[in-house]
Amino acid sequence: MTTKNKLEKKSILEVRGLKTYFYTTDGTVKAVDGVDLDVFPKKTLGIVGESGCGKSITTKSILRLIDYPGRTIEGEVNLKGDTLKDSVDLLKLKQNGTELRQIRGGRISMIFQEPMTSFSPIHTIGNQIIEAIRLHSKLGKSEALEFAEDWLIRVGMSNPSQRLKQYAFELSGGQRQRAMIAMALCTNPDILIADEPTTALDVTTQAQVLDLLKEMQEKNGMSIIMITHDLGVIAELADDVSVMYLGKVVESGTIRQVFKNPKHPYTQALLSSIPSLATGHRERLPILTGTIPHPQARPAGCPFNPRCKDFIEGTCEVSFPNQEIIEEGHLVNCHLYNK
Amino acid sequence: MLNFLIRRTVFMFVALFAVTVISFFIINLPKGDYVTAYIAQLQATGSLVDADEASNLRKFYGLDRPLYIQYLKWISQIVLEQNLGFSFEYNQPVTVVIAERLLLTIILAIATIIFIWIFAIPIGIISAVKQYSFWDYLFTFLGFIGLAIPDFMIALIMMYLFFVWFDFSPGGLFSPEFSQAAWSYARVMDLIEHMWIPIVVLGTAGTAQLIRITRANLLDELAKPYVVTARAKGLSEWKVIAKYPVRIALNPAISLTAYILPFLISGSVIVGVVLSLPTVGPMLVKALVAQDMYLAGGIILLVGFMTVIGTFISDLLLLWIDPRIRFEGS
Repeated sequence: MTTKNKLEKKSILEVRGLKTYFYTTDGTVKAVDGVDLDVFPKKTLGIVGESGCGKSITTKSILRLIDYPGRTIEGEVNLKGDTLKDSVDLLKLKQNGTELRQIRGGRISMIFQEPMTSFSPIHTIGNQIIEAIRLHSKLGKSEALEFAEDWLIRVGMSNPSQRLKQYAFELSGGQRQRAMIAMALCTNPDILIADEPTTALDVTTQAQVLDLLKEMQEKNGMSIIMITHDLGVIAELADDVSVMYLGKVVESGTIRQVFKNPKHPYTQALLSSIPSLATGHRERLPILTGTIPHPQARPAGCPFNPRCKDFIEGTCEVSFPNQEIIEEGHLVNCHLYNK
Repeated sequence: MLNFLIRRTVFMFVALFAVTVISFFIINLPKGDYVTAYIAQLQATGSLVDADEASNLRKFYGLDRPLYIQYLKWISQIVLEQNLGFSFEYNQPVTVVIAERLLLTIILAIATIIFIWIFAIPIGIISAVKQYSFWDYLFTFLGFIGLAIPDFMIALIMMYLFFVWFDFSPGGLFSPEFSQAAWSYARVMDLIEHMWIPIVVLGTAGTAQLIRITRANLLDELAKPYVVTARAKGLSEWKVIAKYPVRIALNPAISLTAYILPFLISGSVIVGVVLSLPTVGPMLVKALVAQDMYLAGGIILLVGFMTVIGTFISDLLLLWIDPRIRFEGS
């Protein structure tokens, strides 16, 4: 990579050593255990992993939305401004304080998996969108209403003035997610966190929502953090990808680096389980053996070791592997590559 | 929504009809009828009534006709002439006897509900938002005590304490000089001064119950994704809680209000006796003991009506605040 490219690759959000633990009565669950992420301007970072690997908790930790009994105990979440001085560590801000609240929904917006339950059932869509607009602008009520309607048009909603008066349960799944996207983007955020935005939708609507996100990104120039367990979604939308397993990022890089040249056995297993047209008739897909260990009984050493096909006895169950640089930007945590 | 309203209104009338049938049934429960009681009363004062006169009287009042005809006569009198019959104990029409007591009962019930709301809802919210905090444990503890102690016991304790500490006997709803007086500003002030002890006594159990319900509902709602959405928007924590989960957690509180209404009236019977309140509760007990059946039936009828209508109003309130109910079935 040239120097010029390196300058371009200056991140807008930098997560370092993020640790969020849940202190339950059954013991401590290390939901997020030392995660590093880099989000680049106008790019999409995909976070992929099985359910329970901590991907949602990671993004919730970024906005400090973790509830009791969870707590983010360590790390840095640096949101960069125009100059180095404008950079702010979100973890150092007061929880629910003014500064943090201006960032929530202002510079970083979020959309969620279940648009039905993510809207209040007893407030109209319009009420909730206008609330977001007025929180982050000085618009009056009627201006905000117009603005909200304008945004519903932008996200491709038919009959926008009517929709504003409706309740979430009156809309279809796709419409709800469109409304959610409008609500998240109407404040013109720098970063949109999308927590499995298409999981609850049918395939056709899924494709429409993904297209919409792509289109919005091109028009508004925001970065997206896309959480999903769907490798297809990542392939379609992401520029960079981080693969998570049990609260740790095990491999990260550009989409090309990770998908074309997966280094971690877990990434390799995930990718080989995607059916393709090249798969022969009645040929079985490779199966990733075993299940995710119980959160309180995480394996020592590399958390993936009990399921790993390249398990090295005496090494993998002893220590967590160091980070290895495969090439510029392509990082992997695996003993196979530790010298 | 229209469907719901129509259905709900029809149900209300069915319930009202049932209340009248039950009241009429209760009136007719004791052996003998109005005339038997009338004759007995006359005999008590020394005059004698012969059998002819008795049967004439029975014919006159329609007591020789089948029961359903008697019911129709009774109900049409109530509907057309607001005539609930005659009370032998008081020698006055039932309506006259219970008018003021019923008014005081309604005032006391409404004031108690307001008391319950004012205390239970904020405390319930604090308990849920600060779950497992000192305040949560304290209010939970006090709430269970409030639920567990019978309210007549609380009444006795309060009476004792007031007597010992303030040398003041907190019985009744009025000072002696106002108990029979006509309504005036001074009488209203006197009522307010006396009313809060029965309100506290009657409201304690309901408050404890509503605290538990508000807390449980709010805990459920606080865990829902729309709360995270509201926080992620940048709303202040207080606004997040007040605007979203609290609003939704209030629905069951409104239903509960309808449910505690009859409890307030029937529960006020024992408390009413203990605190000698001029409400319909103690009068109902007296009427039943004396077999003053038109009075007893009239009170049961009116209290039943109040409950049915109170439930109807709470349903309308729910309809108004919760769009999910409004859109149900439409």
